[in-house]
Amino acid sequence: MRQALKVSLTRRYRFAASHRLHRPEFSEAENARVYGKCSNPHGHGHNYELEVTVTGAVDPATGMIANLGELDPFVERQVVEPFDYKYLNEEIAEFAENVPTAENICREIYRRLKSFPAARVERVRVEETSKNSFEFEAMASEQA
Amino acid sequence: MIRVTRKIEFSAAHFYHNPDFSEAENRRVFGKCANTHGHGHNYTLEVTVAGEPDPATGMVLDLKELKDILQREVGDRMDHRHLNFEVPELAGRIPTCENIAVAIWKLLEPKITRGKLDRVRLYESPDLYADCTAAESTGGRG
Repeated sequence: MRQALKVSLTRRYRFAASHRLHRPEFSEAENARVYGKCSNPHGHGHNYELEVTVTGAVDPATGMIANLGELDPFVERQVVEPFDYKYLNEEIAEFAENVPTAENICREIYRRLKSFPAARVERVRVEETSKNSFEFEAMASEQA
Repeated sequence: MIRVTRKIEFSAAHFYHNPDFSEAENRRVFGKCANTHGHGHNYTLEVTVAGEPDPATGMVLDLKELKDILQREVGDRMDHRHLNFEVPELAGRIPTCENIAVAIWKLLEPKITRGKLDRVRLYESPDLYADCTAAESTGGRG
């Protein structure tokens, strides 16, 4: 019996952006306590590394789950171009309300990528620094 | 259950070309990868085996044994080879990261006798890798 295999493809992208972790409904003391240095009013930035994982059938004609000629420009347009060299709190509408923690950045990136037509976006992983990383995994039921 | 991962590297040449496509279509679909002179990569392969450690040795499997299997099945077959012409397991397939990962899974799976092959992760570059795992049994999909 032939074993059923699952194949995924993961591609790495980069963007540099600034943010500030701060909630207006918290007092200054509370912001300082919860977010520490990340609440500094002038913001700070990171070199973010982004991994996008897609799954699906490998097309026998191309040997590919997704053609990087399609995935790269899609991720570029949906995420890298809007996020790179930006202040996330003010330049990405989603973060006007939600604190741009790496957790929320993962979710927002997934929201922007889930409509990729050629394959299912299964996982978004964000490294904020080389010491911390965050993953968002689409539920099995979640369809692009 | 414990997962044990061993890494090896190999360097190989390939290109992408589908004989059923016109030259223009090959260039459109595969871009620079369609150059039939080929190009190459330093591949990094991470192989993960899952199992319970043997109480007598504390090991899922002997890593030296795994290293030898990886060298014999993958290194000896693929290192400093042209994947389009010299690897029978890839004959008739476009040697993409996805297809190479699947071919490596099929080579390794029967050779892992202690523990179970859990994942094959093949990096074509630090920015691109394919994972091959056993599909969860959902009635033959995948």
